[in-house]
Amino acid sequence: MIGSGTIATVVDAAGLIGTVFIEAIALYVGYGALEQSIGRRMVDRIRSE
Amino acid sequence: MEVFGLSLVLIALFVGFGLLIGILFGFFGMGGSFLVTPALLVMGYPSRIAVGSGLAFVFGTSVIGALRHREHGQVDYKLAAIMTAAMTIGIEGGKHVVFFLDATGRADLIISVAYVGLLGVVGLFTLRDAWTSDDTADANSQGLAERVQSLRVPPMVTLRGDVRVSATLIFAIGLVVGVLSGFLGVGGGFLLMPAMMYGLGVPAAIAVGTDILQITISGAFGAFVYAQSGAVALPVVGSLLFGSALGARIGASATQLVDEGEIKGYFAMMLLAGSVAVATKELGTAYGIDVLSTVSIALIIGATILVSGAVVLAAVCRLRRDSAGPLCRLTTT
Repeated sequence: MIGSGTIATVVDAAGLIGTVFIEAIALYVGYGALEQSIGRRMVDRIRSE
Repeated sequence: MEVFGLSLVLIALFVGFGLLIGILFGFFGMGGSFLVTPALLVMGYPSRIAVGSGLAFVFGTSVIGALRHREHGQVDYKLAAIMTAAMTIGIEGGKHVVFFLDATGRADLIISVAYVGLLGVVGLFTLRDAWTSDDTADANSQGLAERVQSLRVPPMVTLRGDVRVSATLIFAIGLVVGVLSGFLGVGGGFLLMPAMMYGLGVPAAIAVGTDILQITISGAFGAFVYAQSGAVALPVVGSLLFGSALGARIGASATQLVDEGEIKGYFAMMLLAGSVAVATKELGTAYGIDVLSTVSIALIIGATILVSGAVVLAAVCRLRRDSAGPLCRLTTT
């Protein structure tokens, strides 16, 4: 089921999925920090317009 | 200037498109992959790349969704385990079908036709749901769930929310969704959510949490099997994810302010627009009418902008407690 490719192919595929996973985590943390720093101010600004 | 084989304009386009899809995912709990794969097909990517990249994007986006929902604890692990096992088998089957069709040169057409049909059917059902009163909709969905729960095909399992249903039926549903997932490059959320809620009678909150968890797992597996064949365009996925990660936060925040039912009609129209867009592209290819490809891209992007814009506008109107303004009146259907 995993596939009949070489070990290198499996490793490359795992590396690609790992890259997507790491990017997702990094973006989650990064945008979370952005939300913490300016989120409240933006909401207050929208409310007061 | 190109970065990882993509022009800066194309990267910006993918980031922007990802942002809009992320808003939809964060708000509706569905991945938007049913827009990504057709969009990549319409842009001329081979079907294997479009499907594989769509699955990888689904995986990345659902990781973010799962992280957002992990604190709620609304996951039925038994249901997720059965669904994941079934979908894993189904995805492998769907992938083999795609590769077989690819070898015969018919993959693009058949996958496109499948998208036209699926998006059209789900879109029409969602539109009917949006126009039906809440009481009628609740009665209809409850009736179907009770009929499914009455089917005593062993083994039986008890799910969260005190739902007792056949594990065999759950497995069969997961298998079908898995095949569609592997064949079309979708996460399956827009199929699994109605199946769990209306077919099995699982409470909505548990359906969302369980759905996101198992999409993360099945999306990872699906992306992995396609990646083994070199059918995942990482620069495309990375660009889309850069936008969807922010969009998912915006969409999730909007759920605190806006009821999904208020803009379900817009969501249904987006599904139908996606169906028409893929059909338009195929007609253009079949008859050599190049402008139809442009029309189909405009339809997909336009529909995505319309619905994600409706979500954001509705949230802004609720924040400002404005329901009478001309723009705010547009945010309910």
